[in-house]
Amino acid sequence: MHPFSISVADDPGRAVAAHAQDDHLSYIAGGTDLLGLMKDGAAFPAHLLDINDLPGLAGVDATPDGGLRIGALARMSDVAANAEVRERFPVIAEGLLFAASGQLRNMASMGGNIMQRTRCSYFRDGDDPACNKRRPGSGCSALDGLNRNHAIFGWSDACVATHPSDVAVALAALEADVVVLGRAGERSIPIADFHRLPGGTPERDTVLGRGELIVAVEVRAQAEGRASHYLKVRDRQSYEFALVSVAAAVETEGRRLRSVRLAMGGVAHKPWRLTAAETALRGADLDDIGALEAAIATSFTDARPLAHNAFKADLSRRAVLRALQTAGARA
Amino acid sequence: MGEANPGGAVDHAAARDIRPAPVKLEVNGTSHTFAVEPRTTLLEALREGLGLTGTKKGCDRGECGACTVHVDGRRVLSCMTLAAMQEGKQITTIEGLEQDGELHPVQEAFIEHDGFQCGFCTSGQVMSGVAVIDEAKAGWPSAATADVRKPFTVAGLSNTEIRERMSGNLCRCACYPNIVAAVAEAAEKG
Ligand SMILES: Cc1cc2nc3c(=O)[nH]c(=O)nc-3n(C[C@H](O)[C@H](O)[C@H](O)COP(=O)(O)OP(=O)(O)OC[C@H]3O[C@@H](n4cnc5c(N)ncnc54)[C@H](O)[C@@H]3O)c2cc1C
Ligand code: SF4
Ligand code: FES
Ligand code: FES
Repeated sequence: MHPFSISVADDPGRAVAAHAQDDHLSYIAGGTDLLGLMKDGAAFPAHLLDINDLPGLAGVDATPDGGLRIGALARMSDVAANAEVRERFPVIAEGLLFAASGQLRNMASMGGNIMQRTRCSYFRDGDDPACNKRRPGSGCSALDGLNRNHAIFGWSDACVATHPSDVAVALAALEADVVVLGRAGERSIPIADFHRLPGGTPERDTVLGRGELIVAVEVRAQAEGRASHYLKVRDRQSYEFALVSVAAAVETEGRRLRSVRLAMGGVAHKPWRLTAAETALRGADLDDIGALEAAIATSFTDARPLAHNAFKADLSRRAVLRALQTAGARA
Repeated sequence: MGEANPGGAVDHAAARDIRPAPVKLEVNGTSHTFAVEPRTTLLEALREGLGLTGTKKGCDRGECGACTVHVDGRRVLSCMTLAAMQEGKQITTIEGLEQDGELHPVQEAFIEHDGFQCGFCTSGQVMSGVAVIDEAKAGWPSAATADVRKPFTVAGLSNTEIRERMSGNLCRCACYPNIVAAVAEAAEKG
């Protein structure tokens, strides 16, 4: 790793002020992504601000309206083991448990998780191949290179990478908010607006700016929370990023779907909501597989697979059906 | 904040000071104060600073588990941890598991079940195995748990559960079945 300096933040407001005034400062929480990027020469902060001692950011607490506020510094393992999370939002617990490893989940924070950068192997390559995310303007090696693990939705010629977080996909299906502290106070960003599509500026993953700190993720109380499920499909059974993944959250009346929310991982630069399928599935019978398949297919008409990942569209449709059935069985 | 405190939170004496600075680590019950560069990982500090070479460097990227140690009783990867951020933390390495010359039950079980061949991954496997049993006793579910909504108890620590919970530790010699058997026996014994 390149040499850098380090200090410990003791107050969120002062941490934000420091971040605002120093372009070369990076927060560090668990360090499990940032240190990997630094070792691979894909991040070069001159100063690390250790935010782990900031008070009040590690809890999982009920909100007045019956939802949950998950602190940005809460560790993945603690959130996944939390009884409220498991009972009321199993999709979150599963999204966390299907990610990384036991050791990494003990270290990694919720804020760091949704901020983690793509696993595109060109982006992480220490030999520094063309990559617009790593070096803006240098080109995209994946566009006409090896793109089996890349996007089928929402990509641009500048970048075809996917976002690797699992729990962000679960949070997208629950329409969670990311609570951010800035110099003017707190603001809530719907998770759907938090991550960006690559467009012409793939070097920016999120809408977060200088002088902002994630303090929490908030999930509102919702019937769909309990009947929710995270399904992850990967090349090996454990300790691997998703090929595709699905978060499904439903509300039913008997066997009929009253409300459905679906988000996918491994298919785009951000958690990808299947809004067309959600609408088409409303009122469908969970036992009418043909109707479910037809409704799900409506979200794949605009899929744009790359040379090596056409399989992701088929795999996704099947994974969505399975996730929907499992979530439905929990209703 | 802001205008009232233009210096912000960055300790400007520390900013851009890349020189070694003293850190106090409690390793296996003994307190050590020594100088580390900000970029020194806990793994390097243990191996090169303290000569505790039981903890291994495999990938140095969080991908293999060979460097697993416990910090404040939780298993973590020392290659993805900065030593400078561990001030005052209780660190246990493989060298600290035995007590009064007696091996830890998980160490005993690895010998009993032949849970290794070359041994390179073994310290990390053992440190993970000890933690897996503690986590199961604490009621933590895993990706192998059929229904995360239900309580989990250590009685549910099946071989499938152990395999999933140990998946962060790779073994190049593929001793997996014996590692699972060792962890299962140690869990059963208590
Ligand atoms: C081998 C391996 C396998 C993995 N597998 C998976 C997987 O299957 N699924 C998955 O989802 N993840 C996986 N991960 C990624 C892992 O979950 C992330 O590295 C982790 O969640 C990041 O959290 P952290 O606290 O360590 O972040 P850090 O590394 O400390 O920080 C990451 C980034 O977030 C910023 N940041 C941190 N906290 C805040 C905050 N509060 N506000 C603003 N910015 C902040 C930092 O400045 C930095 O840019 C894997 C990682 C590894 C190494
Ligand atoms: S897909 Fe994005 S991250 Fe990967 S090489 Fe292209 S620009 Fe870089
Ligand atoms: S050396 Fe730390 S995980 Fe491989
Ligand atoms: S015993 Fe050789 S790597 Fe595990």
